[in-house]
Amino acid sequence: MINFNLFVLPFSLGLIYLLIAIGKSWYLWIKALPAHDKVKLKAGIRHPQLMLGAIREVFMEGLIHRKMWLRNPLMGYMHTSFALGWFLLIVLGNIESRFYSGTHLNAPYYPIFLKFFIHDKLVIFFEVYTVPGIFRFLMDFILLFVLSGLFLAIIKRQKSKWFGMKRAAEYQLTDQISLICLWMIFPMRLLAESYTAGYYGSGGGFMTQPLGGFLVSITPLPSDFIAYTMWWGYSLALGIFFITLPYSRYMHIPTEILLIFFRHCAIQPRKWHSAFSDVEVHACSRCGVCIDVCQLNDAGITDSQAVYFIRGVRDQYVPDEISRKCLVCGRCQEVCPVGIRTDSLRLIKRRELFSSQPSDYSFLPTASLSRGESPRQGGVAYFAGCMSHLTPSIIRAMKGIMEKAGINYVQIDENRSICCGRPLMIAGKDRQANDLITANKELIRQTKAELLVTSCPICYRVFREEYTLPIRVQHHTQFILDLVKSGRIPLQAHFKKVAYHDPCDLGRGSRIYSAPREVLAKVADLVPVINECSDALCCGGSLGILNVSQQQRDEMTKISLSTLMKEQPEILVTACPLCKKTFSKHAEIEVKDIAELVYKAIPG
Amino acid sequence: MNKQVVVIGAGVAGLTVAGALAEQNIKVILIEKEAQTGGHVRNWDRLFPSRRHGSEVMDFLDSNLTKQVDIRRGVTVSSIVRTQNGFKVTLANDDEIDAACLILSTGFQLFNAAKKEEYGYGIYDNVITSAELESIFKSGKEIATKNGKNPERVAFIHCVGSRDEKVGNLYCSKVCCVTGVKQAIEIKEILPHCEVFSFYMDLRMYDRNFEELYYEAQQKWGVNFIRGRLSECAENPDHTLIIKTEDTLTGKPLKMTVDLVVLLVGFTPSAGTGEIVKMLGLKTGQDGFIASADEHFLDNNTDIPGVFVTGAVKGPACIVNTIADARATAQQAAKYLFTLKTG
Repeated sequence: MINFNLFVLPFSLGLIYLLIAIGKSWYLWIKALPAHDKVKLKAGIRHPQLMLGAIREVFMEGLIHRKMWLRNPLMGYMHTSFALGWFLLIVLGNIESRFYSGTHLNAPYYPIFLKFFIHDKLVIFFEVYTVPGIFRFLMDFILLFVLSGLFLAIIKRQKSKWFGMKRAAEYQLTDQISLICLWMIFPMRLLAESYTAGYYGSGGGFMTQPLGGFLVSITPLPSDFIAYTMWWGYSLALGIFFITLPYSRYMHIPTEILLIFFRHCAIQPRKWHSAFSDVEVHACSRCGVCIDVCQLNDAGITDSQAVYFIRGVRDQYVPDEISRKCLVCGRCQEVCPVGIRTDSLRLIKRRELFSSQPSDYSFLPTASLSRGESPRQGGVAYFAGCMSHLTPSIIRAMKGIMEKAGINYVQIDENRSICCGRPLMIAGKDRQANDLITANKELIRQTKAELLVTSCPICYRVFREEYTLPIRVQHHTQFILDLVKSGRIPLQAHFKKVAYHDPCDLGRGSRIYSAPREVLAKVADLVPVINECSDALCCGGSLGILNVSQQQRDEMTKISLSTLMKEQPEILVTACPLCKKTFSKHAEIEVKDIAELVYKAIPG
Repeated sequence: MNKQVVVIGAGVAGLTVAGALAEQNIKVILIEKEAQTGGHVRNWDRLFPSRRHGSEVMDFLDSNLTKQVDIRRGVTVSSIVRTQNGFKVTLANDDEIDAACLILSTGFQLFNAAKKEEYGYGIYDNVITSAELESIFKSGKEIATKNGKNPERVAFIHCVGSRDEKVGNLYCSKVCCVTGVKQAIEIKEILPHCEVFSFYMDLRMYDRNFEELYYEAQQKWGVNFIRGRLSECAENPDHTLIIKTEDTLTGKPLKMTVDLVVLLVGFTPSAGTGEIVKMLGLKTGQDGFIASADEHFLDNNTDIPGVFVTGAVKGPACIVNTIADARATAQQAAKYLFTLKTG
């Protein structure tokens, strides 16, 4: 039996091309990994537990799309039906084909086009209790599953709002060609199998057999000719899809697998564009989940969201403007189903663009501790931060709290303050930031303190991530909570209704959600807000973006504020001087830092 | 028919317009929420650029008021309803007044300096506003810091709450520049050894004799003018203040310890104006001040026939311009009443 026909060529050539293209990409990416990432990869591969974890994640995210389900069940179903459905069609098709050929060595196209080659007249379509019958049932059922997903996908393209998405990603030409081919594959398969089953009067399942009979009866042309044309169409759709895949967004399918393995081997994004970044940008499926969560929409900016930025990086063309138009609030990173570190990709690009710009900080005063302050062994070094200098009531409250708790402290930035460096870092100016970091580290060392406390989440994050300090670092919400828990500050609650705003760098940036809430529970009546914890909105004052107008910021701030006012709180509380300052301009109620509330609640 | 006019707000504008209408034998009812008339001028010691006493202006405005003007003090307007013959104004004491025409002269209020938290007003002891300094001048008390000493260094901060997108006020308040120059001279007169620094973005000496006063401040009194907007203010343990700015003429950051900081606060629409805008459904500009019907041709009219606006209710204005504007308003209102009679 010669199981070959010319129509299998488009599929077969496409598949060969695709495998070579993926193989080449994977090879080049792995080859380009920095040396110690390669070491990690080699060690990881030899670690069965890690690999099992990775395989499990590939299954859960690549096929089931667990995160997508959690975010949006309808989208989750759509993705599962395509990915898992197609996967099962391939796997079961292979098993089924072995049953017929009696060998393990089938040409790759054989299972795909099995129904063209096999017309098993012995089995009628409803005979589900025989082995071929079970397969026929399953294959039809899975095809139906995939087609249901396709149906949803077509609706989603037209009416993304029905899927809870206000805006869908705009696609490029290659994406559109791929998309059309992908959409063609399964209807072509359905028609090819149905016409064939109809023509032979057997060999189909519960769906393809009756559909085939019906189609043959209404088609005036010879049905074997139609069936053959459909097999060609099916093969062409597959072939073109495979050839365009490496140049379209569908490259995310093989790339996400590699990304998951990289991550399980503890390979991390670097400061500069690396092979890991390449894998990340190619793993982006352009699903567009990041678009709706982006607050720049509120400012009328719709061209710089993560999906478009990442596409730009992949195409090696990102206008400077797009790189700069980002709040670096981390909201897109939080919802990305692939787990792409969108913020670090954005900062990598900014570094490429801006780190070589000349700047002169020689006018900065030589670092020294403030007048007459002697270093204090084992105490607390307090760093208020530049933004807290614009909200002096926070500094006053913190000093008051520390004095009442009898803390042995010294304020590093009381007199000659130096910026922590993060504003420069998020502008891509790491080199310049490092000058500031070195100076600050020296100041911190001179204090001989055991604990560094800051009032600013922006400073807190950079101290933790970039400073490599030999002492502990706390944001003041954590510090205050420790003081309350250890009974060093007695609190007299006022129980006013307060709403709490999670600052980006404290919440998503540093995962500190419970400390401020625990402290507030002691001094106030905390009411719920619309966007909380990891879903909190940016106040609009972000230092991550400098190319928006004040009016655009105001729009973002007003919307952010409205999500906090749901339960009509009496005071809006935050834990970041910048958020406080930004909200104060528009809020009709008092805006206070958590430290101010606590200071006021200390009796006497 | 008895054509009477209700004027709301008895500051410079209200008193002037009421006096000017009374001169033409038109019956005016002047409503003032405070116990005394005069508005902000009542608290002002001396006025720029001539440094005439504010009380002289008060006396002049009062002298124009005749029996025709019925002044209701210490009462606010609780509602205004449009009627067939004009407006029915109900006061908080339940008095009802029928008016053929309304003149709004509810003026302005000073910017709340606490909104600019980085300057430390309400947080640090020795940060005061220009209005507070003026009342010190008026009271004749000694100029002293909270610990009772004469300040050796005083800093004036221009444009507090004006031309500042960050507090939402993009407009210039017009009078603060020259007020700052005047007050700097007055400090030097009282405390000749005190060093005075003025931090400005640019000095808008737009009117007659303003530039001369600015020259005098520099040449005769040695006031130091530094171009730079204050970024922040911090307090030392001894309650002196550290101010941080950039000297933008030399391009260098600057830090200075001073004993007293005076914030030259700007104009914002008064709370009372806001309420009346709501009652009548009047239009305001983006700055929150009432928009007149036409900036050139109908600057005292509003979109509602019979409702006139005068003085700082339309935006920052100095006393000289307010008096002129109020007189023009009286003219327009009288013309309107005449057309009602004849028409």
